[in-house]
Amino acid sequence: MTDSLGFPGAPDPTAPRKGLRVLAAMSGGVDSAVAAARAAEAGHDVTGVHLALSANPQSFRTGARGCCTIEDSRDARRAADVIGIPFYVWDLAERFREDVVDDFIAEYEAGRTPNPCLRCNEKIKFAALLDKALALGFDAVCTGHYATVVLKDDGSRELHRASDMAKDQSYVLGVLDEKQLAHAMFPLGDTLTTKEEIRAEAERRGLAVAKKPDSHDICFIADGDTQGFLAKHLGTAEGDIVDESGAKVGTHEGAYGFTIGQRKGLRIGHPAPDGKPRYVLDISPVNNTVTVGPVEALDVIALTAIKPRWCGVAPAGPGTYTAQLRAHGGETEVTAEPVDGPELRVSFAEPVRGVAPGQAIVLYDGTRVVGSATIATTVRAARATQDA
Amino acid sequence: MAYLDHAATTPMLPEAVQAMTAQLALTGNASSLHAAGRRARRTVEESRESLAAALGARPSEVVFTSGGTEADNLAVKGLFWARRDADPARTRVLASPVEHHAVLDAVHWLGEHEGATVEYLPVDAYGRVHADALREAIARNPDDVALVTVMWANNEIGTIMPVHELAGVAAEFGIPVHADAVQAFGQLELDFAASGLAAMTVSGHKVGGPYGIGALLLGRQYTPVPVQHGGGQERHVRSGTLDVPAVAAFAVAGTLAAERREAHAREVGALRDELVEAVLAAVPDAVLGGDPDPAGRLPANAHFSFPGCEGDSLLLLLDARGIECSTGSACTAGVAQPSHVVLATGTDPDLARGTLRFSFGHTSSRADVRAVADAIGPVVERARSAGLS
Repeated sequence: MTDSLGFPGAPDPTAPRKGLRVLAAMSGGVDSAVAAARAAEAGHDVTGVHLALSANPQSFRTGARGCCTIEDSRDARRAADVIGIPFYVWDLAERFREDVVDDFIAEYEAGRTPNPCLRCNEKIKFAALLDKALALGFDAVCTGHYATVVLKDDGSRELHRASDMAKDQSYVLGVLDEKQLAHAMFPLGDTLTTKEEIRAEAERRGLAVAKKPDSHDICFIADGDTQGFLAKHLGTAEGDIVDESGAKVGTHEGAYGFTIGQRKGLRIGHPAPDGKPRYVLDISPVNNTVTVGPVEALDVIALTAIKPRWCGVAPAGPGTYTAQLRAHGGETEVTAEPVDGPELRVSFAEPVRGVAPGQAIVLYDGTRVVGSATIATTVRAARATQDA
Repeated sequence: MAYLDHAATTPMLPEAVQAMTAQLALTGNASSLHAAGRRARRTVEESRESLAAALGARPSEVVFTSGGTEADNLAVKGLFWARRDADPARTRVLASPVEHHAVLDAVHWLGEHEGATVEYLPVDAYGRVHADALREAIARNPDDVALVTVMWANNEIGTIMPVHELAGVAAEFGIPVHADAVQAFGQLELDFAASGLAAMTVSGHKVGGPYGIGALLLGRQYTPVPVQHGGGQERHVRSGTLDVPAVAAFAVAGTLAAERREAHAREVGALRDELVEAVLAAVPDAVLGGDPDPAGRLPANAHFSFPGCEGDSLLLLLDARGIECSTGSACTAGVAQPSHVVLATGTDPDLARGTLRFSFGHTSSRADVRAVADAIGPVVERARSAGLS
């Protein structure tokens, strides 16, 4: 099947996923390398691409040539060479800075806690990258995420949790709509194996990244110092840490440096009257104040989320789902209803703790991802506080 | 598979492979005094003589290096240091802005670390330096110029520089000129003695010899300060045990390249002309880079800019169809940037993102041209739909 240009045409959605032209996003890590290898082994025509996402010049050049993480790019290239697929580096640094890094900084500045990985999947991997891939005649983008795409009889697609719940990454893919899913391939999704077994598979395939340590940090904050990164971009502004009564209990160097539910790093001189640990309850960037209090005060019974994205048809009315409120978070029973705005109103069967505005709420029906939205405000059990 | 990237590297000539493998089986350090050393030294010196003959130089003017990059560094840094040592006022380096990175980054480094004032000579729309521009630059203060470095022919857009004229101008002021002739060797007549150059770079793997070997042709009166210190081999300017098999194979390839030059240039020139015609027919708004006059460009080079296309996209789509070429500027780190050469010719930066270089060599055929002719139209159309990211 070829199109007018003599290139392979759009795939029949009901056809078996074989022999497609696949663009494999390769970070230089073990997961994406094994994913690309599996896609190639399954009979797809795979091309590897490493995304250069930051423009830090790391070597002496007369031109303005910059490159992010030359080592990762080299590792990805090495893996592609072993798999035997073409490999390119695409410079998406400008898009990434605008859509992910600037957004990350702005969200913290506004007192929220963003998830840049989710944002990157939504705006970069399955938007900028996917669009370019489709334009160049590829049928799908393949990544090393642990999630499962299920093809239904009617040709539609559903996103499900990975077979191995412990490694499931469907949360950070919850922003994908059905059109994006139709061109997504996650070869690791049905892996019922430990990370050690993925490493063993990489070893067996001759991939040198088999022994590379996992990356957990935010990729554009190489040293893992998020506070330092934010301070560099937002400066420092000393402000008060107050308790629930409004009494000053300490000072901080910038309200943006805190996350709802945070306990460590508050540096409050004297203990609370009840002797119990205190947690960040509220962040108010407007008056640069951080409110702390006991753990019970973190209990949230309801929330409002904005920018809902549905994987398939949007639900017409209220429904009962399980929800995940942060990466690696557990599941909780909720009732959710889309309302005008567009917004999503969510109430919890049981109070939950540590819900931070800016994070995503992803709704599931069993293992199926129904949709996601960005948490805007929460309703506390103790006092109906509205977080900005 | 259509291999059209001979300017990056070209297959070794069978004669060179034979010379190299024969030498690999033998032992001997060319600096040793015993019989094995004498055998190796004889091979090296015979190789030096044949390369000198192929390049219009004296044998003593051939300094073997590990390749073009090292020869460029030795010439640019070494001559700068030597000239400045002789007269501290000489700190100005005149370079073309279209040099290969081996020269460009070396002069840039001199500016950053050695107090050099680097001045880039103006080029025309074909990337050519003119003699009057060089004269003007030198005449502003002839006493502070350490050296001039202008390549013999450009590796990306193929433009041939008026090397003899440039060397003549510099000679009036007693200023040494270095030329990177890596791409010119085997395509243009190179006569080092007649050129008036102080130093000239050539490389093995661009003329059918092995990788990892090159030479700096160095006038006898010049003693650059070494970049690499050690045992004092190669006139004390380039220390290190010589790679005898590579030297022998380079000499064989270089000799054949010089012998076959005219016929080779005619053949690849005809293929190149066909390719240019086919590409412009299939993509009427493609822009031919460099000098449109065949006499003004390397016969093996064709360079195009395709409006609205990303060079990387073109490369990917052609690669998928078995056509191997280049955007013109290889970046080992991987991120493609508009070429400094194309930008220096005054090309619009967006247009400069969509460049392709096709380069021919001794294994090229009309089948290669036909493959490009068939593919380029749809490939450009497809790349255009992906746009500039």
